[in-house]
Amino acid sequence: MNCKFVPSVCSYCGTGCGVLFEVIDGKINSTLPLKSHPVNQGKLCIKGWSLHEYINSYMRLKAPLVKENGHFQKATWDEAITHAAKNFNRIKETHGPDAIGVLVSAKVTNEENYLAQKLARAAIGTNNVDHCARL
Amino acid sequence: MTNSIEEFETHSKVIFVIGSNTTACHPLIASRIIKAKENGAKLIVADPRNIQLSRYADFTVHQRLGSDVALLNGMMHIIIKNNWHDQAYIEQRCEDFEQLKETLHTYTPTMVEAITGIAKKDITKMAELYATQSPAALLYAMGITQHTTGVDNVKSCCNLAMLCGNVGVAGGGVNPLRGQNNVQGACDMGGLPNVFTGYQPVADPKAREKFSQAWDCELSDTPGMTITDMISAIEEGKIKGLYVIGENPKLSDPDKNHLDNAFKKLDFLITEDIFLTESAQIADVVFASASLGEREGTFTNTERRCMLTRKAVEPVGNALPDWEIISRFSTALGYEMNYDCPSDIFNEMTSLTKSYQGMSYQRLGIDGLQWPCPTPEHPGTPYLHKNIFTRGKGKFHAIDYKDPAELTCEDYPMLMTTGRMFAHFHTGTMTRVSTSLDSEQKTGYVEINPKDARRLNINTDDMILLTSRRGKIEAPARITDSVPPNNIFLPIHFGENPTNVLTSSTAFDPIAKIPEFKVGAVKIEKLIA
Repeated sequence: MNCKFVPSVCSYCGTGCGVLFEVIDGKINSTLPLKSHPVNQGKLCIKGWSLHEYINSYMRLKAPLVKENGHFQKATWDEAITHAAKNFNRIKETHGPDAIGVLVSAKVTNEENYLAQKLARAAIGTNNVDHCARL
Repeated sequence: MTNSIEEFETHSKVIFVIGSNTTACHPLIASRIIKAKENGAKLIVADPRNIQLSRYADFTVHQRLGSDVALLNGMMHIIIKNNWHDQAYIEQRCEDFEQLKETLHTYTPTMVEAITGIAKKDITKMAELYATQSPAALLYAMGITQHTTGVDNVKSCCNLAMLCGNVGVAGGGVNPLRGQNNVQGACDMGGLPNVFTGYQPVADPKAREKFSQAWDCELSDTPGMTITDMISAIEEGKIKGLYVIGENPKLSDPDKNHLDNAFKKLDFLITEDIFLTESAQIADVVFASASLGEREGTFTNTERRCMLTRKAVEPVGNALPDWEIISRFSTALGYEMNYDCPSDIFNEMTSLTKSYQGMSYQRLGIDGLQWPCPTPEHPGTPYLHKNIFTRGKGKFHAIDYKDPAELTCEDYPMLMTTGRMFAHFHTGTMTRVSTSLDSEQKTGYVEINPKDARRLNINTDDMILLTSRRGKIEAPARITDSVPPNNIFLPIHFGENPTNVLTSSTAFDPIAKIPEFKVGAVKIEKLIA
């Protein structure tokens, strides 16, 4: 059996409690509070203690999906990305870059938010970038 | 937050919580507040509902929904009248005090009682408790911001804090509690229509030049649309393509019927998520993302603390980290992005963002660093505006009270407010799939005061039909005096009882474009089974 603890941060509210994922044989088995963490000092709320449960949910999306005739089909990454890019480029050519909007996320990392707004501004050419801060 | 979570426990003499159901929505901040109280700090809670934190408070009031500006102005009126304000601080560090004073003149306890429903003597007591000990920390959440007067509410909170010299000191400050793990980071990273990273305006030629050089491309100088404006633009046919990352607007945005119509008009919708959310179901392409624990990257919490999360396990199935999806999508669009790992992206970002410039993955360690952190030697910043405000002088804003967009009327005689409950999170995508959390609460519900329940012959779990000007939903009744008579509360987590069918998309703050989720007029009827 292979067991390790990996430090992370809870992904629910904005408090930012430090957690340790207990990983057994490649699966997150439980979530523990980080005792030394300056925010939560070894404590968690009910959502924090259950943090690994959504990660392990059988409902997780496991492959990209492309809709054909109103139904989703599993696709390869190349297929899904090419299809999406072709359609976005078509919209941009016909209606201009401001006919596209990008909603970045309060749930993804700083690095990913940085790239998403860079994609909107540099790759598409629009400042139509926002996220759910207001909601 | 201007200040740090820890300071509530270590420094604050007074903690004033307004418009935050802290024990349910930010439990580990609530535990600090309760500890602070055990250490002798005074706790004031102002909330239209009788929330759990009220029970720990030294003083608690229940203002009418949407009357916060009047309440805060009323407190300031009393503070100035009794000379409890910090005149030296105001003279040295602030500006426009005279205008504020003039506006406050009319907010007498009698007038404020009429608007807020809080007794005159209680407003006075509350003002005295806040103003006569320092430092006092003010904490708020969406109960302050999700109003047509959201910006006015926030400015009023700042007015009060500055009036008593509470900004720029440990244990004081104006502290919005952020609702999502990386809402602070998404804003810091330029996930907004008008700014690049670190709030550098897209309309500023210098900032544009800097990013244009770094990214090797031309950049638009016109600020883009907020999410609220995008929905209208989709309906008008101006926006044809939408790329939604880690978000579920079908449930989180106001006026679902209006929203559904708008989404039908989209030419192409891409969603990127870890679940097939309500929004993903109507997409043309869905990108499957790796979740927390399946990839590396940083999050910035409500106290500006940037922290590193590590990869614990491989992504499920063929899911990919969002940074990899975005890079590949960008390259396919014709703008190449090549990164080996998240730290390369982080370093590119810090090189363009002064407040993060001194940070690196090595430095973040376990505890992270609080911005601003401009140099590799800088220890980070626990509280802002020390000695001098970032803008120079702290500006007072003279603000008058305005009614919420909807008040009760004959057709819609009750007021509705919405929010979260302790076991679930936002649109429920990440909590309703969790066995432990689902077992705490499986369905939506509507909280009704016992007086209203008696009047309408409603018992616990009776199905109630709720109607607003936008639409109708059904939900089982929960009878509780945590809502005042003539008010109801609905949790936002449950797609089967979607509160956004009822909420308005035309009632929003003119500046922040935040919808008024906290006040709306409804009618309730018991459904005969």
